[in-house]
Amino acid sequence: MAEAIATTPLPTLEPFKGVKKVPLGEYFTSGHRTCQGCESALVMRLMVKAAGPRTIVLGSTGCMYVANTTYYSTSWVVPWMHTQLGSSGSAGLGTAAALRALMRKGKLPTEPINVIAFCGDGGGADMGLSAISAALTHTEYNFLILLYDNESYANTDIQLSGLTPYGAHTTFSPPGTAKRILHQRWKKNVAGMLAAGHPSCRYVATVCASYAVEMMNRVRKALSIGGPTFIHSLDPCPKGWDYDPMLSHELGELAVECGIWPLYEVEDHKLKLYGRTKGIAQGRSKRRPVRDYLVRQGRFAHFTDDDIDYFQAKVDEMWERWIIPGVIPFASEITNGRSPD
Amino acid sequence: MAKVAQRSEPAETEREELISGSEAIAVACKLADVDVITAYPIRPYDTVMQYVARLVANGELDCEYIVAESEHSQFEIVKHASAAGARVFCGSSGVGWMYAFEALTVTPALRIPLVAMVGNRALDDPGAFGVEHNDALAVRDLGWLLVWVDTAQEALDTALIAWRVAEDRRVFLPCAIGCDGAFLTHSQSIVRVPPSSWVRQFLPPYNRGDLLLHPDNPITVAPQVNEDWLMELRKHNDEAMTRARQVLREAYTDFERIFGRTYGNPFFEEYQTEDAEVVLVGMGTLSMPVKVAVRQMRQQGLQVGFVRLRWFRPFPTQELAATLSRFRAVGVIDRDYSFGSPHSSGVLANEIRAALYSAPARPPLVAFICGLGGREVTVPNVREMTELVRRAAAGEPVESTYWIGIRQ
Ligand SMILES: Cc1ncc(C[n+]2csc(CCOP(=O)(O)OP(=O)(O)O)c2C)c(N)n1
Ligand code: SF4
Repeated sequence: MAEAIATTPLPTLEPFKGVKKVPLGEYFTSGHRTCQGCESALVMRLMVKAAGPRTIVLGSTGCMYVANTTYYSTSWVVPWMHTQLGSSGSAGLGTAAALRALMRKGKLPTEPINVIAFCGDGGGADMGLSAISAALTHTEYNFLILLYDNESYANTDIQLSGLTPYGAHTTFSPPGTAKRILHQRWKKNVAGMLAAGHPSCRYVATVCASYAVEMMNRVRKALSIGGPTFIHSLDPCPKGWDYDPMLSHELGELAVECGIWPLYEVEDHKLKLYGRTKGIAQGRSKRRPVRDYLVRQGRFAHFTDDDIDYFQAKVDEMWERWIIPGVIPFASEITNGRSPD
Repeated sequence: MAKVAQRSEPAETEREELISGSEAIAVACKLADVDVITAYPIRPYDTVMQYVARLVANGELDCEYIVAESEHSQFEIVKHASAAGARVFCGSSGVGWMYAFEALTVTPALRIPLVAMVGNRALDDPGAFGVEHNDALAVRDLGWLLVWVDTAQEALDTALIAWRVAEDRRVFLPCAIGCDGAFLTHSQSIVRVPPSSWVRQFLPPYNRGDLLLHPDNPITVAPQVNEDWLMELRKHNDEAMTRARQVLREAYTDFERIFGRTYGNPFFEEYQTEDAEVVLVGMGTLSMPVKVAVRQMRQQGLQVGFVRLRWFRPFPTQELAATLSRFRAVGVIDRDYSFGSPHSSGVLANEIRAALYSAPARPPLVAFICGLGGREVTVPNVREMTELVRRAAAGEPVESTYWIGIRQ
């Protein structure tokens, strides 16, 4: 029997120091059929570029399955396997468990192999949440769960999910004559919930592919820190959000600049804001009004000024009052005008 | 320093142990050197995991043992572990098995070998814990190999055979072992436990070959297909299921050679059928009261026999039709029910009727629904059923299905 190892070995993945240091090799390439301007497809590409070739990717049902892998063609250069809509947690866990057993028992050569399981917001924040939560407690296995959040069940034709913003027009929440706002729920805070609720999970982060190098470096850290980790990525979706595809990056930036999508990482229970979010928290740049973000998207075209004000008030509340229980002293740090770290 | 006496290794032989059906399968996991096991509680299947957990805790079974948060996750975890090359085991019962249904559906479609134990249990509601076969039978159309066992010994042996067949490259399908809740899962009997060296001869390491999900073999598994490919893929799965018949026969032959225990015809057991005029057919631990009743009835000169079906998928159509057409009438006992089905029968009766349709001699068939939800099947029940089958054999009018042992 091979010498017992506590867990599978971890890769050394130093952060890319600037865009010029990012390798040219691609592991998610041509062959996919995503919409023009699809940020989620870019997330796939950056995610696996950051991880490198010794990686296994598991993908739950959704746009990033259906549009990326068509029988007899595939955009994946690394091994890839489909998993069920609610199973990204189980897929990552099962694959990592197999690698650990086989390496521990000498049935496979011992080496670092990255395991990444991704899911959409529907699969990840709704039906798959219990499996992701369970998976994050299994600290002896190394894998990353990446939730790409286009804020809808996009593949089945843009239905609202637990992560769809308040009031957005989806095929399950059209504005009508009796009810202008059919979707009244506020978006779940998945990354915060998972960070707060899984004290043994060493790394949780939010990312946005508009900041590509930052995003890849979060993936590299998640994969090299050990144990199960989680990343939540906000991905503008021209089809579901109804805007010109050339504006995808700009919308991602706006989500961050308006403070709707704070960029942060929770590493060993320590909150770090990063990028633009950190600048805003430290008062170096101003938070833009959410109106700038909302008016650029058809899905909010039915909003009145009152709706925009409500949205703004909720975002302000997050910045002024939110605390992620047990983990993040968010509010006090921000009101003092400085970010933790 | 005291000299330690040199003991030569004893020749490896089987050991006799008093264990339950569930424990026998846990022992099979150890003998098969299973790599990844997942657990989630539900009676009566959870007993197997209690034994597995003890083996793991005591260092007797070296595997990744994962307590999942639901059956759906349990089966998805092992599905993916198997895709990455691990030998796997899990299981469930009743509604737990149904909760995993989506995962159960995709596992054969992806040609993933997996051995599962189903501790058969009635489906809620109303909450019922006793044996009924509808849970496992729900996967009969999905590409699972499906077998019922009768004793703890057969449970252990069949689990080893199940890995061997499931992991054969010609098959690559999951296998569910039906174990009657309580009657088998919880009942102890003497079991001969083979040494692991014998098992190693019988069961080669799992080799996923060109289907292994690994960076050295960068394949895409389960890309999305539409009408342009799905029929071909379904046909491939069917061919694997067809090949399983031959692979099964080979496995039983090898099993007999290495372990010295014979099961005769792998697909079904015949009991006192040589000169029987009528037979009863059933699955699982039903055999106990039926065999007792058959012995009693034979003492009274009634020529009655019993056929206990083991392998339900692949269904032994030819073999069973050839055997059953020898008799003047056949009674099929179902511990399950198929609502609204032909002749308002159980699943087994309908399958056997279908199998007999093309037989040269087609004996009358009487279907019985009996022992649902763990209700005891008594010797008088068996006599009553036999009497109805005898009437059918004599050409008297009988109904196509009877509910036996039900309060009026
Ligand atoms: C159990 C189950 N229910 C429903 C579906 C149908 N379905 C396929 S893709 C999809 C949308 C998934 O949405 P999301 O996870 O947000 O990913 P996206 O399509 O937005 O990329 C749904 C509901 C399914 N495949 N499985
Ligand atoms: S619908 Fe949205 S997420 Fe799906 S492929 Fe198109 S842009 Fe991407």
